[in-house]
Amino acid sequence: MRDRLWIIAGLLLFLGFVTYPMWQDLVAGTSSRPPQLVLPTNEKQCVAPVTYMRTSHMKLLLDWRESVVREDNHKYVAFNGKVYDMSLTGTCLRCHDRQQFCVRCHDYAGVRNPYCWDCHLDPAQVKRSAQ
Amino acid sequence: MKITRKEFLEISGACLVTLSGKKVLAVLDSPEDEKSTPSSARKDRKQLGMIVDTRKCAKKQGCTKCIEACNRAHNIPLFQESDHQIKWIWEEPFGDIFSSYETQYLEASLKEESTPVLCNHCDNPPCVRVCPTGATWKREEDGIVMMDWHRCIGCRYCMAACPYGARSFNWVDPRSHIERLNPDFPTRTRGVVEKCTFCAELLPKGQVPACVEACPERALVFGDLNDPKSEIRQMLAKDYTLRRRAELGTGPNVYYLV
Repeated sequence: MRDRLWIIAGLLLFLGFVTYPMWQDLVAGTSSRPPQLVLPTNEKQCVAPVTYMRTSHMKLLLDWRESVVREDNHKYVAFNGKVYDMSLTGTCLRCHDRQQFCVRCHDYAGVRNPYCWDCHLDPAQVKRSAQ
Repeated sequence: MKITRKEFLEISGACLVTLSGKKVLAVLDSPEDEKSTPSSARKDRKQLGMIVDTRKCAKKQGCTKCIEACNRAHNIPLFQESDHQIKWIWEEPFGDIFSSYETQYLEASLKEESTPVLCNHCDNPPCVRVCPTGATWKREEDGIVMMDWHRCIGCRYCMAACPYGARSFNWVDPRSHIERLNPDFPTRTRGVVEKCTFCAELLPKGQVPACVEACPERALVFGDLNDPKSEIRQMLAKDYTLRRRAELGTGPNVYYLV
């Protein structure tokens, strides 16, 4: 029982280590809860069901890219028959705010923001910086 | 049935000759190989092209409206260093672009006359042949030599292959060098090659290329070279025109009215 001190100290250290993300959140004032994303108000329905968009929006965007650039096909017929212009800046960003929607969720999920924005421009941001 | 070795070999040989003969006949019978036919020679498809009327263009000395319109529409950066410059449509002295037509008697003023030049959207584009990733290709439906900046790896083979110098490379990130951003068109990144695409983004909207639209003298005429009724074809039928370095066999589709 002479090692009691060491054992307790070790356990405390271990507990502190395991719960480190919690403490860090508390100290930094952040939360591990998912961000409350700002949803568009001008449209009720996205180009595909929400569950599909949540898991496969990147695939949809790649398909759009191939279709527009390689096949010169600009129209997308959605699951509900509605026709959309296949455009990241023209269609997606008409409803979604890039910073409040795309970037926040990507940051939360720890997914590196894709290089789409190295070239494609956010019209709202361009407007703001022009003012 | 018993078959000797000799008979077996004879039958096998006969089979082989028949099979290969059939293939040879099929090749001989088939119409001209589609792939080797330039798109301008295929009348069932469009081949977009342009006429630069240098006489009309010369009327407005110092006018660069076509270049400005293109630069604005496509977020083209402005660099002072000539190595970094990005050019989709730009000016060259007449004597330089048509050096093979030059005679010693050509007036100096004409030799030095600024003439707009751009990608020729060739029938047989050397840039397409050398691109290792398929980032540049000739569109079958309208003959535009298109670019997919997503696929460009910046190897610059296309730049070496293009005899017209119509391609530019982004040595530095261009975004901070763009005067006014057009949100409807992407910028490019460092390490990507770019060139004129005949405003492929405007054509589906029923618009003509930005340079054609902007020219106050209507010196640029754009249209389908495979349509005999098009304005461009009517003009080509009436007047004698030049093409840049057509002797190379690239089949340029930008014509110069002189």
